[in-house]
Amino acid sequence: MNAAHPHALHASPAGWPGDIFFALKAARVRQVAYVPDGGHAELIRAIHADPAMIGIPLTTEEEGVALVSGAWLGGDRACLLMQSSGVGNCINMLSLVRNMGGPFLTFVTMRGEWGEFNPWQVPMGTGTPDAFRLMGVHVLRADRPEEVGPATAAGIRMAYEGGSAVAVLLAQQLIGAKVFVK
Amino acid sequence: MSQSLNRLDRRAVVARLLKDRGEAIVVTGLGSPTYDVAACGDHDRNVYLWGAMGGCAVMALGIALARPETPVIAVTGDGEMLMGVGSFATIAMQAPKNLTVVILDNGLYGETGGQASHTLVADLAAIAAASGIADARAIDAMGDVEGLATRATALGNAPCVAVVRIGQAELERVLPTRDGHAVRARVRQSLGLSID
Repeated sequence: MNAAHPHALHASPAGWPGDIFFALKAARVRQVAYVPDGGHAELIRAIHADPAMIGIPLTTEEEGVALVSGAWLGGDRACLLMQSSGVGNCINMLSLVRNMGGPFLTFVTMRGEWGEFNPWQVPMGTGTPDAFRLMGVHVLRADRPEEVGPATAAGIRMAYEGGSAVAVLLAQQLIGAKVFVK
Repeated sequence: MSQSLNRLDRRAVVARLLKDRGEAIVVTGLGSPTYDVAACGDHDRNVYLWGAMGGCAVMALGIALARPETPVIAVTGDGEMLMGVGSFATIAMQAPKNLTVVILDNGLYGETGGQASHTLVADLAAIAAASGIADARAIDAMGDVEGLATRATALGNAPCVAVVRIGQAELERVLPTRDGHAVRARVRQSLGLSID
């Protein structure tokens, strides 16, 4: 995969993306599916650079729900990285998680909730926690960098040890509102 | 009508495909493909989907990446696949050698009243090929199903997508369990994994 991801080499995640990366690695998570997001860029680079992990780019987020369920049927731990706009795309596919059970873990970078310039991000940003709850996914949240590690650890424990469906929301303040320059 | 008379019988296709399935894991797309696989007899390594439309092939990808030495076969329909055509590109990016996606294409939504599907105008094998699937086949004859069965139940060089053109007859429904938790436990046990 590194041929397709030349920038993956020499990645060394730090800060809260590093907290997520090293926790996933310690939990032996192997398949990491994602729809790219700027807030996840550093984590995605680190995953592609790690030979013990498979980075799986998706064309749409609901693919990731099905893929994560399949990975676990086959014996792999897996998780899904996306931004809040993708959560709505997952709604019906989450019936797979409800019906088959098993761990489901996703890390969602939030847009449209704090100083967002782009109003098209706001409806799904506002609706993200409710969308997850509607489909029975437990929601954890980190607003500050020092909260990411504990929220990740809690999510990993609930998903891979308890078999629960868990979303960890990463607040927009962590990433910063995207700046559009005219 | 004359065209549909010459098309393959879906049950015969799936029966031939799975006759010597060996260790293969089979994921079924909701609707008729689930019934077709069930009609071949229940199996510990069958993953029956009754929903999650559009997710069959990419769920099979997750299994295939987790078990690179085990053949994984997705058996789905044209309508289900149309809802997840992006999965062709997702599969091509990973290029698992143990994954075959078999699309039973009757050109209609049989479960909901037989409305025409987009394969009237859209060519799923060509879409797969254009999405980076090097081995994308269109199959119209039982002789080619033989070759597909050989490929699907072994490890190849790259993922395979096969669009099998089948007749439009509505057949008796053979209903497997709808209990996804039971299916999950059974498949994992058959792989030597804990049920949870």
